[in-house]
Amino acid sequence: MNWWERIFNFADYGQLLGLVHNSLIAAAVLGVVGGIVSVFVMQRDMAFAVHGVSELSFAGAAGALLVGASVVAGALVGSILAALAIGLLGARARDRNSAIGVLMPFGLGLGILFLALYEGRASAKFGLLTGQIISVDSPQLGWLIGICLVALGLLVAIWRPLLFDTLDPDVATARGVPGRAMSLLFMLALGLVVSVAVQIVGALLVLALLVTPAASALRVSASPVLVPVLSALFGVLAAVGGILLALGGSLPISPYITSISFLTYLVCRVVGSRKGRVVRMGQ
Amino acid sequence: MNPQVTPVLRLADAGLAFGDRPLWSGLDLDLRPGEFVTVLGANGSGKSSLLKAILGLQPLTTGSISFLGRPVTRGDRHIGYIPQQRLIPAGTPLRGWDLVALGVDGHRPGVRWRGRRSVRAAVEAAVAAVGAGGFAGRPIGQLSGGEQQRLRVAQALVSDPSLLLCDEPLISLDLQHQQAVSRLVDQRRRQHGTPVLFVTHDINPVLPMTDRVLYFAAGRHRLGTPEKVLHSGVLSALYGTPVEVARIGERVVVLGAPDHHEPHHPSEHGGEHE
Repeated sequence: MNWWERIFNFADYGQLLGLVHNSLIAAAVLGVVGGIVSVFVMQRDMAFAVHGVSELSFAGAAGALLVGASVVAGALVGSILAALAIGLLGARARDRNSAIGVLMPFGLGLGILFLALYEGRASAKFGLLTGQIISVDSPQLGWLIGICLVALGLLVAIWRPLLFDTLDPDVATARGVPGRAMSLLFMLALGLVVSVAVQIVGALLVLALLVTPAASALRVSASPVLVPVLSALFGVLAAVGGILLALGGSLPISPYITSISFLTYLVCRVVGSRKGRVVRMGQ
Repeated sequence: MNPQVTPVLRLADAGLAFGDRPLWSGLDLDLRPGEFVTVLGANGSGKSSLLKAILGLQPLTTGSISFLGRPVTRGDRHIGYIPQQRLIPAGTPLRGWDLVALGVDGHRPGVRWRGRRSVRAAVEAAVAAVGAGGFAGRPIGQLSGGEQQRLRVAQALVSDPSLLLCDEPLISLDLQHQQAVSRLVDQRRRQHGTPVLFVTHDINPVLPMTDRVLYFAAGRHRLGTPEKVLHSGVLSALYGTPVEVARIGERVVVLGAPDHHEPHHPSEHGGEHE
């Protein structure tokens, strides 16, 4: 079999599609929620925090794999502990980054230790770092979708004050917005989404679904409504599109997801720079 | 008592200390409707902390603060707050309108679902009042610092506040925008009787509208008309070191005050003591 057939292969496509339709739904939900979270990740300058949380989530999932517990639960516990720790330790960017810098290698090291001790399937090990959605079974998928929906509900519930706190924390506090609570609730939502993303694209590639969509959307729009909508759309495009392209080949889905995500960003950059030129000329 | 002179804000024997470092103490201040009080003093003398205390974000060490006859509460929305200019970065997905609208309902949970029309009407009126109609529809990150600051004034005024707190709102603005922003604040208190507490390191842009000066230095303070407080003898006694006040044309310059003309120290506003 040559490389090309391993990368793109659409034989028996209809049959395969039936097998993964649950995964597609999970990916679509993650795409939407990840895209929306990423808008705040960009605005709050939290890309590094996303990475830190995902490594701890990886450690939790690996630990669960080792002791035979649910990987979903393990990822969730690791993720939320890390997210809340980062939220509590660092209100200010510099404190936060040092806290993340300390937590991240610890989590990654812990995860690698657990995987080294684990004697099960090797693909399960690799999957946590680089993605494995096809191997996730239906009841677990239900959990992943549920976790995403809880995160989405949480974000919608705190939307305005979170936006206010993100934009202008001093004024928001003066207007009675509890800044610390906003920060912790946002970290909680982020932790929930990361724990799902770790299981779908893998700990190392979470940024493709939690940073790139909003980074792309912000290139082409500054509207408070359009940016989250576009970002969610780009998230779905990458997550679902990645699975659809990966289906027939024999490779993990993450390179497809990250490539679509990256291409979207490139296109948005080009479109954005053209738009910028038109605006400047119009002035 | 005549309701016309009932103070909007009353500080009684108020004092604030961080650990064993007293900032100020024994502060009595009655702010009456329409009054413009300018707060001056060295960096770290507790000017911004005074505003935080009035906003209920910083408990006093001694004394009390009452606003509209009641003890202050955390984040009282009858108080308008204009912060120092901090440039909102390009690529922020908000337009000028949206910044102002946060002053109406930014504290409410959820997304703006109902009441869009009434919010819009209030925002449009506030934007027009600060003369920002020409640029309020543009992405906020593309606006200049002065334009953003006008919108922050609109944001503070849109909820029809009973008191206006300004924390160095003129910093890093050019002269033209300094005048524009201080004129808008002045206009508000003249038309609506909203008293103003205006923290600044340079009194000159607001000297014509200042009724009283509150000057902090060396853990002490003086309160009075600009003529009375901005005086070499008074400030020398306050600082405990010779200080010269010079009047050059319409401008007032304080010379020799320790720390007074050093560049502004951001940590005073950065929530250091939160």
